[in-house]
Amino acid sequence: MSDKKNWPLWEVFVRSKNGLEHRHCGSLHAADEDMALENARDVYTRRSEGVSIWVVESKHITASNPEHNGELFDPAHDKVYRHPTFYDLPDEVKHM
Amino acid sequence: MSEAQIKSLEKQFDERIARDEKIEPKDWMPEKYRKTHIRQMSQHAHSEIVGMLPEGNWITRAPSLRRKVALLAKVQDEAGHGLYLYSATETLGISREEMYEQLHTGKAKYSSIFNYPTITWADMGAIGWLVDGAAIINQVPLCNTSYGPYARAMIRVCKEESFHQRQGFEIMMKLANGTPEQKEMAQDALNRWWWPSLMMLGPTDDVSVHTEQSMKWKLKRKSNDDLRQQFIDQTVPQAELIGLTIPDPDLKWNEEKGMYDFGEINWDEFWQVVKGHGPMNKERMKARVGAWEEGTWVRDAAMAYAEKKRNRKEKRVV
Ligand SMILES: [Fe+2]
Ligand SMILES: [Fe+2]
Repeated sequence: MSDKKNWPLWEVFVRSKNGLEHRHCGSLHAADEDMALENARDVYTRRSEGVSIWVVESKHITASNPEHNGELFDPAHDKVYRHPTFYDLPDEVKHM
Repeated sequence: MSEAQIKSLEKQFDERIARDEKIEPKDWMPEKYRKTHIRQMSQHAHSEIVGMLPEGNWITRAPSLRRKVALLAKVQDEAGHGLYLYSATETLGISREEMYEQLHTGKAKYSSIFNYPTITWADMGAIGWLVDGAAIINQVPLCNTSYGPYARAMIRVCKEESFHQRQGFEIMMKLANGTPEQKEMAQDALNRWWWPSLMMLGPTDDVSVHTEQSMKWKLKRKSNDDLRQQFIDQTVPQAELIGLTIPDPDLKWNEEKGMYDFGEINWDEFWQVVKGHGPMNKERMKARVGAWEEGTWVRDAAMAYAEKKRNRKEKRVV
């Protein structure tokens, strides 16, 4: 075993083609951001799956806690007036 | 947490899975679920990584450039599969180093099939056709497994596997249609790989442990015996098509059942290999541990270089 530090973990996001968003596709270990990009190319785009890659060191990601899903996401459930179907219009109204 | 609270959480958890909901890394999960997944997923990753060794053996000696680029791409895919699976396993809270440690000390297992030697070029054909073929049968149901990161990794893996099997079958087909010596070489490879491939689908249902729990968590969707039958039924006609003979005198189509009957599997051999007494167990671990240890200075140098670059950048900013 060496006394040096292990390569940190990076999250990889790939844009499959222009017009689409970058999507998380997995993670990998690399010494720095340049190596993370090169490794991401080899690990996640061997069959032309991407035209652009983002890498970010995993420790920089802040994630919401699923245990707080209730207070975070439940309030949206009873806001039906945010959806078009909430509004009653006569059938004669077209293009709306 | 009280025992009653845990029981109720576990019940809700199982209900979520029964409703086909996925479990994601930060969700609460029973300790047993976490442990079982770490074990199965890391073993799966180890198998992909060790699985590169028998085929890597033939890359420099492939008979043509076409065969060489295909084999190289296949072996590179297996490295990729190992990496998808390691990173998916890390989401359960085990580090990459810990997993390597378990592999290198023999605490973690990998698929026994990779403890057989690859002595001729035809073995590249037999492995792609039979070993990747059996792996596909094992893996396709896992694309729907309950743990999100595992299911997503398996979808990628399965998409890539079908080329592996086709390139293997093509090698066998070419040899089987070649000179008498080439055909003999193909038959010999089939003779050696057939039974270990059947064993790859796991012990028979009557001795297989923790199947019920695994079924509930969708780590398993079909029993080992069903998977094995599926493998045999789809592979036998493929062998016939290229004029090779399955090395099983008891193999016979059963009209009534609509499937093949087949001979006794030598489970003694299977358990011997699992316990470390296969022909290549020591060799494989030596190669794997050697690669890791000899790479230490490269990993250290890359970290030192990364640090130096970072420092230089910071200085420039100041
Ligand atoms: Fe694979
Ligand atoms: Fe494969």
